[in-house]
Amino acid sequence: MKYIDEFQDPALARRLLDDIARTVTRRWSMMEVCGGQTHSIIRHGIDQLLPGNIELIHGPGCPVCVTPLEVIDKALEIASRPGVVFCSFGDMLRVPGSDRDLFRVKGDGGDVRVVYSPMDALRIARQTPDQEVVFFGVGFETTAPAIAMAAHQAKRLDVRNFSLLVSHVRVPPAIEAIMRSPDCRVQAFLAAGHVCSVMGTLEYPALADTHKVPIVVTGFEPLDILEGIRRAVRQLERGEHRVENAYPRAVRPQGNPVALSVLREVFTTTDRAWRGIGTIPDSGWRLSDAYRDYDAEHRFEITGLATEEPAVCRSGEVLQGLIKPHECAAFGTACTPRTPLGATMVSNEGACAAYYLYRRLTTPRTEETASVD
Amino acid sequence: MCLAVPGRVVGIEERDGTPMARVDFGGVVKDVCLAYLPEIEVGEYAIVHVGFAIQRLDEESALATLRLFERIGALDEEFGDAWAHAAAEAESAPEEENR
Ligand code: SF4
Repeated sequence: MKYIDEFQDPALARRLLDDIARTVTRRWSMMEVCGGQTHSIIRHGIDQLLPGNIELIHGPGCPVCVTPLEVIDKALEIASRPGVVFCSFGDMLRVPGSDRDLFRVKGDGGDVRVVYSPMDALRIARQTPDQEVVFFGVGFETTAPAIAMAAHQAKRLDVRNFSLLVSHVRVPPAIEAIMRSPDCRVQAFLAAGHVCSVMGTLEYPALADTHKVPIVVTGFEPLDILEGIRRAVRQLERGEHRVENAYPRAVRPQGNPVALSVLREVFTTTDRAWRGIGTIPDSGWRLSDAYRDYDAEHRFEITGLATEEPAVCRSGEVLQGLIKPHECAAFGTACTPRTPLGATMVSNEGACAAYYLYRRLTTPRTEETASVD
Repeated sequence: MCLAVPGRVVGIEERDGTPMARVDFGGVVKDVCLAYLPEIEVGEYAIVHVGFAIQRLDEESALATLRLFERIGALDEEFGDAWAHAAAEAESAPEEENR
């Protein structure tokens, strides 16, 4: 088996896989929430190394993928305006809006800049007081504290030409929505490790309890993922449904208290639309009323958007684990990472891109490919 | 952007009333805000996400992760030239096919 040699510690990987194989007695399906985990799973062939009766369902944990088309269109509209410096993380450049992307806006003369951190955008604002600097704040709980701090500092330093287009999403309401869906096949969750580095694990016991579902906080390196799966399988086989922390080197139960306090100051929770999925109650953050002046949607009047999703794209079903990417008719033909129709093909963390990049054009797994030898 | 990369704190200073660090990610050195991990010291490792240190990490785990990221090209994705990446992607995508 070719993949196992690529693990950092192949011997440990084999032990974990053996332990999983010994424990499992029936079919189980579990969802990895984080797109980084999906990427790692497909890249290292973890799903194929597992016993055939364990199915991994890829979750919605890619912020680039779930940012609603309408928000992308707003970003494109603002970025096209004269006098605006539009700052974004690099992975938003090629996310398709209704009729173009940020890369194209830049080509057409828009002042779009890639920054490593939202603090870089704030610095640009202070250096160019005659320009309106807008930062595109997307991401899960791992990213939100950075955006919150940029807003906090802008207010503290009284920077008036800086605002944020905010579209943050939260994991627990997404888990809740997935469990409540009548089509739900998920029996356990591998929770996103770095989200929990910030938020801690205290939001999860109620979810595990209500839905009788094991939740294992998991890192995203191959061995971390195997360990997460091993613990989830053990719980499932024993009929347990607890929150376990399989990533203690980066996750403390209480998370990062300083980050949490700034998050609560700058943001309030709000209903948020997820691209392809629809609106999930309370699943996002927006700037709180005290930060209204820093809200780009408030500062810029945006009208006349005609948001249009490509009809063929089934990324919503992919994001909810209802279909695998290659079951979409456009996969690998009309839709590739170079010609993406949906965000799940743009982002490296997107399930469609991960499948495209690392092999999976048509192959459903077979018992043969699942062997570790 | 989704990545959180471990790095080693090589210098700390205060800027505009905020603790900032120079952090070494296996050769690439970046400015990192320490507002959320103010007690970290030079020589320690932290998990860094979009310019913010979010948790401490032990050296062994940090180095193992960095090696892995380097091998799979993730560091280049995180710190490389995003415009060049986007241009390379766009290049072979003729306009009509873009939608
Ligand atoms: S393959 Fe492309 S069109 Fe199909 S679901 Fe994925 S992103 Fe959408």
